[in-house]
Amino acid sequence: MTTGAGTDRAVEAVFRIEAARIIAGTARIVRDVGIAEELAQDALVAALEQWPESGVPDNPGAWLMAVARRRAIDLVRRRESYARKLAEVGRVLEELPPPEPTADAGDPDRIDDDLLRLIFTACHPVLSTGARIALTLRLLGGLTTDEIARAFLTPEPTVAQRIVRAKRKLATAGVPFEVPYGQERAQRLTSVLEVIYLIFNEGYSATAGDDWLRPALCEDALRLGRVLAGLMPREPEVHGLVALLEIQASRTEARTGPSGEPVLLADQNRAHWNRLLIRRGFAALARAGEPGGVPGPYALQAAIAACHARARTWAETDWQRIALLYSALPPSPVVELNRAVAVSMAEGAAAGLEIVDVLAKEPALAAYHLLPSVRGDLLERLGRTDEARAEFRRAAALTRNEAERALLLRRAGA
Amino acid sequence: MPRFVSLIRVDENQPEGEPSPELMARMDVLIKEMTEAGAMLDTGGLAPMADSRRVRGNGGTVTVLDGPFAEAKEVVGGYMLIQAADLAEAVEWTRRFVEIHEDEWDISCEVRQIFGPSDAG
Repeated sequence: MTTGAGTDRAVEAVFRIEAARIIAGTARIVRDVGIAEELAQDALVAALEQWPESGVPDNPGAWLMAVARRRAIDLVRRRESYARKLAEVGRVLEELPPPEPTADAGDPDRIDDDLLRLIFTACHPVLSTGARIALTLRLLGGLTTDEIARAFLTPEPTVAQRIVRAKRKLATAGVPFEVPYGQERAQRLTSVLEVIYLIFNEGYSATAGDDWLRPALCEDALRLGRVLAGLMPREPEVHGLVALLEIQASRTEARTGPSGEPVLLADQNRAHWNRLLIRRGFAALARAGEPGGVPGPYALQAAIAACHARARTWAETDWQRIALLYSALPPSPVVELNRAVAVSMAEGAAAGLEIVDVLAKEPALAAYHLLPSVRGDLLERLGRTDEARAEFRRAAALTRNEAERALLLRRAGA
Repeated sequence: MPRFVSLIRVDENQPEGEPSPELMARMDVLIKEMTEAGAMLDTGGLAPMADSRRVRGNGGTVTVLDGPFAEAKEVVGGYMLIQAADLAEAVEWTRRFVEIHEDEWDISCEVRQIFGPSDAG
């Protein structure tokens, strides 16, 4: 028993730590993530009422879980049409050992399985990408609707509605609360990884607004990635994604200048890169490399990020290797653009420009500000200043990020 | 999301000496749990003060002193580097760490936020 910590904030801290597991463990009983979330909130209210009096229990997670599950079972029992379910739940109950007063209560594997079920359910392809992101942040990231709305520059009612609709859709579509197996698991895992990646990217380089960085979202994505790596230790691409995010996040401090302006990789003060995150990224990358396996797209991107992390200076960057790694990625116009940059560093601006000029005809990149931005950079290096400035002006008109626009306009000599 | 360091202070001359195997096992479980929750960034125990050095800058002179240091009774014996939403959450993880110690332990942890350029405010 702990005393002196009976404040609401302490109770809420416990809840934040445990919420995803409680929702997951409850969802397995009621088979509905929306209802499970409400029951988890009920358990929080019970704790807020009781803990200030009684102190925080030694195993607060088990306490909250027990309350939420008890309510879940009551709810299932109250549904008459669930008569047969009742028998099933009754059996499950008898099999569940009561929470023990030690850490590691009961059956950690089963709880973790529930958590994995929750992740796969929140990222189910029946939902739109936006709904998957919102639901994942809400159920697993512990963000409030308001926080999600602010992070994604979306009005709060829109996000609230999106979450409500997503929960309803999961229920009406009869999405089973389970981790898929076999071929389907691989496909569904792709969706889970993509959701985490998109959350990180939204934080890493905000697509709109005045903020260059919304670090909080990066942290949320990293945490989700680390949780997933704990749950699926034998999936190389999970470790690949975590490696990529850890190494990218290591540059956070160096990516903005004193007044919040973006600082390009070439100009970043590498002493400000976070060595701990780099070390963690390398460890995850090592786990992503299956012996004899072909590295997946996240592991390849992490390997590229690792090349930058290894270089003590911009000049020491192994551009040959980076160009090679880009060649190994599934081809896309954006990947090709990045390869062009690496080739230009390894073999000269002219070689890079050849690749970029082919891409200029690519309709998919017509509104992509980085194409004129990169082209401007290559032209500048070749001494074709006027053409370069025109490209920077074009890029400035296309970007939705204010800080980036200012930088591009400066380079355009405007 | 801010980072916190939990400085684990113990009495170097405590009668119970080394942690019991049971405590070590409980620590393994907790550290695994914290790692998988994305909260544990790094943790470690520190060598005894007797095997440590103190490097001091004072009045323009740098001196290196060997341990043991007489004034130290309660010393930092280990640390946890925690990533958490706020101080309350870092305190809860630390509470769990303290809670798994046997009754004869007298252990205290200082939970302090780490300030880097991005942690201001």
